[in-house]
Amino acid sequence: MKFALFTGCVSKGATRELMVSTMKAADGLGIDFVEMKSASCCGAGVVSEKSPILNDALNARNFAIAEEQGLDLITICSTCQGNLKKSECKIDSDEEYKNKINGVLKEGGHQYQGGKINIKHFAHILSTPEGLELLKSKVKKPLKGLKVAAFYGCYILRPSGLSDFDKPDDPHGMEDIFEAVGATPVYYESRIKCCGFPIVMMNKTASLDMAGNALLDAIQSGADVVVTGCPLCHLSLDAYQPEIRKLKEKGYDIPILHLPQLISLALGHTPKELDMHKHIIGGERIMDKVTA
Amino acid sequence: MTTFRIKRYNPEKQPEPYFEEFKVDATEGITVLDCLNDIKWTQDGTLSYRMSCRSAICGSCAVKANGHAILACQRQAEHIADKDDTVTIEPLGNMKPIKDLVVDFKPFWDKIDKVKPYLHNDTPAPEKERTQSPEEFRLIDDASTCIMCGACYSDCNVLEVDDNFLGPAALAKAQRFVGDSRDKSTLERVKELSEPGGIWDCTHCGECVERCPKPAQPFYRIKEVMASALEEGVHNNNGARHALSFTKSVKHSGRLNENQIPVESVGFFNIKGLLELIPIGIRMLLKGKTPPILHRSIKEADDVKRIYRELGE
Ligand code: SF4
Ligand code: SF4
Ligand code: FES
Repeated sequence: MKFALFTGCVSKGATRELMVSTMKAADGLGIDFVEMKSASCCGAGVVSEKSPILNDALNARNFAIAEEQGLDLITICSTCQGNLKKSECKIDSDEEYKNKINGVLKEGGHQYQGGKINIKHFAHILSTPEGLELLKSKVKKPLKGLKVAAFYGCYILRPSGLSDFDKPDDPHGMEDIFEAVGATPVYYESRIKCCGFPIVMMNKTASLDMAGNALLDAIQSGADVVVTGCPLCHLSLDAYQPEIRKLKEKGYDIPILHLPQLISLALGHTPKELDMHKHIIGGERIMDKVTA
Repeated sequence: MTTFRIKRYNPEKQPEPYFEEFKVDATEGITVLDCLNDIKWTQDGTLSYRMSCRSAICGSCAVKANGHAILACQRQAEHIADKDDTVTIEPLGNMKPIKDLVVDFKPFWDKIDKVKPYLHNDTPAPEKERTQSPEEFRLIDDASTCIMCGACYSDCNVLEVDDNFLGPAALAKAQRFVGDSRDKSTLERVKELSEPGGIWDCTHCGECVERCPKPAQPFYRIKEVMASALEEGVHNNNGARHALSFTKSVKHSGRLNENQIPVESVGFFNIKGLLELIPIGIRMLLKGKTPPILHRSIKEADDVKRIYRELGE
């Protein structure tokens, strides 16, 4: 399996451990990720606040790069996934718009054709029947006894028309992955909610309350760890966790893992190798919960 | 037989809400509202809910079904029932229940009022009417389809934690006038909408797009208001600064510079805001999580700059 890897910005910045674990997971699973080194930011739903066409042009360029590589594009961030899909849908449904955008891209040597490649989140390809089989066949250290709560990240689910999960209001792709690596999924209501990250600069109290409600729900549902497919959710749930009033009041904390970290643990890597000590809420001791 | 688990509430009799189960023969094509009517008319006349048109026009019948807001008259029971053939019906969220499925819409209407949902135009009225071209109308067509059902309001993730947020329906209504070619108060409108509790407090959760039964789809309308606010030069707030700083950052290197954005978003002269950034900064520094100080560009970053220039950004 060979894919074009769209890393996104955050895995190159504040959550570099995501990149480390993605490459380790891919390696262990025999997946070949070819990094799209000339891809730009997906716009994160923010560039389009300033200029929708600029955002779509940047993404058309990104798609063209994957088309040139002849590979399906894989994201490791729910936000990238949602924003790329949004641009794709908009451009593909309007030939005139597409021509206009290709006009803008022309001088740079890229042209977006459309219909050539798929855009998928890493979680999507692993939660297909083939993906789950692959996972099961490669697990070296089943995560038995570890109670894992998924936190999907809005953009991978909504709008549902752009989501690859069959039931965006009640998805089970992440939980299927947890089972495939031997862990026990924890189903809880907040797993499809917003982490609050997009407004942490505008309304910090509301943002941290959203993160707090979700984590409280996960903890009270019995989770040992929360796993997310979105590095922005990770920042909100991990990096801001010491400031979350709703958890502080109860004296709770809970480690937050990137999905590829969880997978890599099951593939036999140590928390240290996956840079889990770099999390604000350290995940070093997480393997203590795994029953032999 | 489909089981309807309905949240009952009558504070005059009992302070706490409770669930009650009813069985309905939900034959093919029958709507959730038909089932509620069946229960009310043949099983328990005290069940309270709102309804009127039965054809997804009046916006009265919104309730939560299996945790998410729907129009009861628009959805078929068999499409909603879970695998145990059960439908859980609750009142809309983010509003106070009055009795059973009836909630208090007052805050919803107050917020609609707040965005001044009427045309501002002091110029002398033309002889017949103030007309719009079809292209001009298209800009406000979607927002004008809102039927005020409150489904978006019910499921909005920000409203769950902050009553002060204007919320999706009012902000979609605001776009109806911000984008109206005949309205003369665009600047004042986007200024007010950029205040705390306005457009920049939307967290992009997409719930309103998911729940809206009409093309109004508030989140997309909110983004249109954001674009208008930036275009009108209303930049003196964290949301606008964040959008501008982010867009500029991608222009320079093709990717986001995470070290620069928080500082630029709170504003260089906002001492309190800057101080609030320190704890997270220190936490990340101690863990070696701070984004690289030397921000690296993507390959072909010049092509990205060229695209910006070509689009006049
Ligand atoms: S997208 Fe914004 S307005 Fe819509 S439900 Fe989410 S936070 Fe509320
Ligand atoms: S925007 Fe949509 S969901 Fe919200 S009140 Fe209007 S019609 Fe209902
Ligand atoms: S009864 Fe009018 S919208 Fe459902």
